[in-house]
Amino acid sequence: MTRTLSAPVTVAFDYTRSTGPVLGRFLTGLRDGRVVGARTSDGRVVVPPPEFDPVSHEAVTEFVEVAPTGTVTSWTWVPEPVPGQPFDRPFAFALVTLDGADTPFLHALDLASPDQVSTGMRVRVRWAEERVGAITDIACWEALDAVVEVRGEARLATTDPVTGVITPVSLDYLYAASPEESAFYRGLNEGRIVGQRCPACQKVYVPPRSACPSDGTPTAEEVEVAQTGTITTFCVVNVPFLGQKITPPYVSAYVLLDGADIAVLHLILGVPADEVRMGMRVKAVWKPEEEWTYSLENIDHFEPTGEPDADYDTYRQHL
Amino acid sequence: MRDVAVVGFAQRQMPVFDGSPTCVELLVPLFAECYEQTGWTRRDIGFWCSGSSDYLAGRSFSFVSAVDAIGVIPPVNESHVEMDLAWALYEAWLKIQTGEVDTALVYAFGKASAGVLRRTLALQLEPYTMTPLWPDTISLAGLQARAGIDAGVWDERAMAEVANRSLTDAEKNEYAIRKGGSSVEELLSRPMYADPLRKHDCSPVTDGAAAIVLAAGDRAREVRDRPAWIGGLAHHIDPISVGTRDLTRAPSAARSAAALDLDGVEVAELHAPFSHQELVLRRELGLADDVRVNPSGGALTSNPMFSAGGIRIGEAAARIWSGEASKAVAHATSGPALQQNLLCVLGATTEGAPN
Ligand SMILES: [Zn+2]
Repeated sequence: MTRTLSAPVTVAFDYTRSTGPVLGRFLTGLRDGRVVGARTSDGRVVVPPPEFDPVSHEAVTEFVEVAPTGTVTSWTWVPEPVPGQPFDRPFAFALVTLDGADTPFLHALDLASPDQVSTGMRVRVRWAEERVGAITDIACWEALDAVVEVRGEARLATTDPVTGVITPVSLDYLYAASPEESAFYRGLNEGRIVGQRCPACQKVYVPPRSACPSDGTPTAEEVEVAQTGTITTFCVVNVPFLGQKITPPYVSAYVLLDGADIAVLHLILGVPADEVRMGMRVKAVWKPEEEWTYSLENIDHFEPTGEPDADYDTYRQHL
Repeated sequence: MRDVAVVGFAQRQMPVFDGSPTCVELLVPLFAECYEQTGWTRRDIGFWCSGSSDYLAGRSFSFVSAVDAIGVIPPVNESHVEMDLAWALYEAWLKIQTGEVDTALVYAFGKASAGVLRRTLALQLEPYTMTPLWPDTISLAGLQARAGIDAGVWDERAMAEVANRSLTDAEKNEYAIRKGGSSVEELLSRPMYADPLRKHDCSPVTDGAAAIVLAAGDRAREVRDRPAWIGGLAHHIDPISVGTRDLTRAPSAARSAAALDLDGVEVAELHAPFSHQELVLRRELGLADDVRVNPSGGALTSNPMFSAGGIRIGEAAARIWSGEASKAVAHATSGPALQQNLLCVLGATTEGAPN
């Protein structure tokens, strides 16, 4: 048995950003098939244009269109591309100084082997088939002597100036639980709720943590806690949201399991939402055993035991 | 200015950490080592500051869980930077300078192996014209290495010499995850990976954590006979766009060096995750030929994200404590192709400390 449990996790979201007048102008140019740079106070033409002059720190206001052809000033081979890069096969990243510009500009260079790339080689922009006002409107750099493919007129998404960009981000992780958390999930897979006791202050944490948050001592002793407990606090969820699994209204509550010193968050069913209260005694209701996995979702919900409510003093330290 | 010294240092570096990305279980023994070195308990620590990254951890507020390793009853004075340990140390040094606290424990952690490190780091780039292309760390370093080769500032042999010396020195470092030098010829005969970089020109993906203890004046003297006094800290930053920079240089490193007194430095621990970057830094810092560079093996032999820069400070301090050196400089970097650079001068005396 490995020391810890792990599972793949993908974190994905779209960044939506406003572009402002300088980058907006650059990206509008790309969408329209033109490369726009800016003249800085030292007389250089910089592509992509910086929003503020690197020397004078003034806002950049003078824009210059440069040629879609240029010269490679540095390059590197990418033998193992990662997701999101312009190609999913080996390619080069290259810094290219476009004709009319004074500074190089980073993009992918589409060639089959590093033997075909050299500093000083002449290249040009290959435009994307569909352009939306983003850096990816340039598909890549290509060798100037590449066979010219006859392409139809590029399709433009709109003619309005570009004022924003959306950058999708998606990252894959192999997410591991700590050894203590792993013991907790293994316990759930066996129908048990396992915590760990701090040897210094004797508090029992469920789920366990690697160290006691009160005193920093590693939690060592495994403790099985009861499947009954007390609702310390709760909320009635009336608001629908993305990814919601249960139709509102429903009750989400902190349940302090008997023998534990920290409450777990779970769903309360088997009682009308407006009858749930602090101090209510509840018990775990498990899914059928064949559905169990290494998850707190093995416990379908908590429901009232029918016992009298717990005294406030029994849980006031845990609110 | 107050005299502040490095008085404690503990580290872990490994290819894969078999545990959660908050690294709490890794941090607990590191703190225990720091308490043992100082004779203190957590209640003697006036300020805590950590460095880590949520992108690396794949979860938000990952540093909050890490605080479990401290224990917070009674409540602690705590802060966090989404930067390397070296910058957390800088914040703690400033905090001590305010007079509010006399001691600090700074730490950092990161589990780089949980995702694809060279890809994850694309999220620290300029988000409009760079990140959407996902230029990976190795590609950006490759562009920099080529720029230096084409300009005749260094060559593949000079890069291999750096790698060979690092791998040889790493044999004496129990924490290094890549070690064992051979010969420059042998390294040069190995295949290209990301032309012009071979695998030994690039630091390995590394998980790990580190902790450093700072103390002012007599609090430092009560811990060690020979504290590593901080003679000065400086950090500067170059433009994020790789197009507007001369990639063969790191002006921000030179500017940090100019703000400090590096005369008489015997040892330099430089945070150079790629072989040619050590050559850039050596030049920008104006180090004399007899300065011993990266006796630990450096970041080329293990580079735990968010700890590796701070580990340079810890390694340099350890050489002051042992008497092996009287003056040392430590360097940390962040961002693409040596964009951000921090220098910390350490000495056996408080002479040269900023005033
Ligand atoms: Zn405790």
